[in-house]
Amino acid sequence: MIEIKDLHKSYTIGKNALHVLKGINFNVKEGELVAIMGSSGSGKSTLLNILGMLDVADEGTYTLDEFPIKDLNETKAAKYRNKFLGFIFQSFNLINYKSALENVALPLYYQKVPRKERNETAMKYLAKVGLADWASHLPSELSGGQKQRIAIARALAAQPKVLLADEPTGALDSKTSYEVMQLIQEINDEGKTILVVTHEDDIAKMCKRVVQLKDGVIIEDKYVEQVRASDHV
Amino acid sequence: MLIFNRDTWQEIFGSIQKNKSRTIITVIGVLWGIFIYIVLSGAAKGLDNGFEEKFEDVAMNSMFTWAQQTSVPYAGFKTGRPIQLKLKDVQILKTRVPEIQYIAPRIVKGAFGGESGSVVFGQRTGSYSIYGDFPVLSKIATQKIYIGGRFINNNDIEANRKVCVIGERTQKELFAKDVDPIGKFIRIDNVFFRVIGVKKFEDGGGFGDDGDITIPFSTYRKLYNTGNNVGWLAIAAFDDADVMKVEEDVKMVLKKIHQISPEDERAIGSFNLGEIFNKINGFAKGLTFLSLVVGVATIIAGVIGIGNILLISVKERTKELGVRRALGATPSEVRGQIILESVFLTLIAGIFGIVLGSFVLKIIDSATQETDIPYTNPTVPIPYVIGALFIMVVLGTLIGLIPAQRAVSIKPIDALREE
Ligand SMILES: Nc1ncnc2c1ncn2[C@@H]1O[C@H](COP(=O)(O)OP(=O)(O)O)[C@@H](O)[C@H]1O
Ligand SMILES: [Mg+2]
Repeated sequence: MIEIKDLHKSYTIGKNALHVLKGINFNVKEGELVAIMGSSGSGKSTLLNILGMLDVADEGTYTLDEFPIKDLNETKAAKYRNKFLGFIFQSFNLINYKSALENVALPLYYQKVPRKERNETAMKYLAKVGLADWASHLPSELSGGQKQRIAIARALAAQPKVLLADEPTGALDSKTSYEVMQLIQEINDEGKTILVVTHEDDIAKMCKRVVQLKDGVIIEDKYVEQVRASDHV
Repeated sequence: MLIFNRDTWQEIFGSIQKNKSRTIITVIGVLWGIFIYIVLSGAAKGLDNGFEEKFEDVAMNSMFTWAQQTSVPYAGFKTGRPIQLKLKDVQILKTRVPEIQYIAPRIVKGAFGGESGSVVFGQRTGSYSIYGDFPVLSKIATQKIYIGGRFINNNDIEANRKVCVIGERTQKELFAKDVDPIGKFIRIDNVFFRVIGVKKFEDGGGFGDDGDITIPFSTYRKLYNTGNNVGWLAIAAFDDADVMKVEEDVKMVLKKIHQISPEDERAIGSFNLGEIFNKINGFAKGLTFLSLVVGVATIIAGVIGIGNILLISVKERTKELGVRRALGATPSEVRGQIILESVFLTLIAGIFGIVLGSFVLKIIDSATQETDIPYTNPTVPIPYVIGALFIMVVLGTLIGLIPAQRAVSIKPIDALREE
């Protein structure tokens, strides 16, 4: 599903170049649930943003579902993001003046899906995350866990190939974190490929594979026995 | 098409509703601009119409000419020779200046300093200017006669009838309120004249007042023994003729007839209404132009205000726009939405301004209805309104481009990082 080869990325801060990714190679197969771990500043978000086409690498190749991702301009990147990728952010990033339903329907709006169909699909995914009754509520009326569920529903609505989650539980207490991880596991059980950036061990253990980043390279990449989140709830 | 999509509008309404105070402030800016524009240009138009109405009874292409004394010696004559226009000049002018449509010889007793005619009816007396006129005069300067009466006609001229048309004031001063003057006989310089009409006074530029009495030219010359003398000539040129040139030609011909030096600027006097009308008209047009400039400047200022506030709002919404782009909004979609917001706000404000402005114009109109102020029907011509709307759409688009560009110039990843 995802193949990256020899990925490099530097940031220039004033006169200094900060080499964040120093040759990353890794592949993700369809249906995997991968945790990307590493200490703060190790380049986890940078890697995920490149995979999410929100940022571009300086060097290296990136293939998504056998589709080479290169020469991206903003318009192309926006279309690919919309079609291939679903994002889950640490701070949820819901649009605060739109209802839960409207938030979930937004990716479909940019896919030019007709209104009625859009709302039906959005409703379906709201039900999937267990928040059908909250469809007309604004984000400010929801708890953190509920907001992240809405965000997950939104990420799923456009039926992307891959879900990219950057510290999805970073702003949640552990009980709520496990509930969110349970939802992510269920989605993965249905076959969706998911990458989760985290620096928390217990969250990483709920994935099927853990990739360790340090100083811009992968120092460890192993398959693990998945801990079911439902056992902790 | 983006504009016909209900969702596009929902997005726009969403962001407009979210920022209510911002929306209201911007709308007021443009509303004020278009309001000023509509009121000013409408008022200017009202003045323009008002002037035109004041002058509508006078043929715009009419002129007057009269004779004075020579100021240049010529053909053996000394300078200072008095010139007298004659009835035969009329025929010569008509053939030599083909642009003349109507020509009316006129003569008066009293209007220019001489002794007025003394007029008597019963116990009442008064002195008024007495005009000798031909019916053709009414083609040059409309003669509004009150119902029941008439102006001098050709039969009056041919039969030297002793009939007269009196002015409004003359009627008031000579006749009691309940007396119908038509058919009554008044004595003008001891000769009885039958009143055939009362003329409504119109201030049409030039001389004349509301006490004037008009009698047939032929009767006048017999009564006052003026022979073939003519006081002055009222002339109307054809509509497409240049009255200034006609004025020159007429004077040239008169100089020839009366053996006056072509260089003599003083011997023949003249004056044309077109010139004066053009001056007043120019004033009204200048006013219209001024209001256009002021109005458009105010509109521009208002639209720039919209751009400014949209720019602030785009900054405030950086994160939101970043999220939208992460979810698949292309730069052109983001840009389009912001420009549409700008155009929509501009248009809404514009329409409110037009309605409000028209309302104020209506009020001014009814307030000046019964007054002497030359102000009539102060409408803003539809093309002006459409033009203003068009300008607003164009400006709204152009101004919207700045915040729109700013919104997409920042990378989505940076936008998302923003707090
Ligand atoms: N836009 C940027 N400009 C400059 N430096 C950046 C930028 N984004 C990230 N960095 C730096 O790159 C390093 C890796 O950042 P990041 O990928 O966010 O780490 P992580 O998500 O693992 O905490 C950090 O040192 C961070 O300060
Ligand atoms: Mg990070």
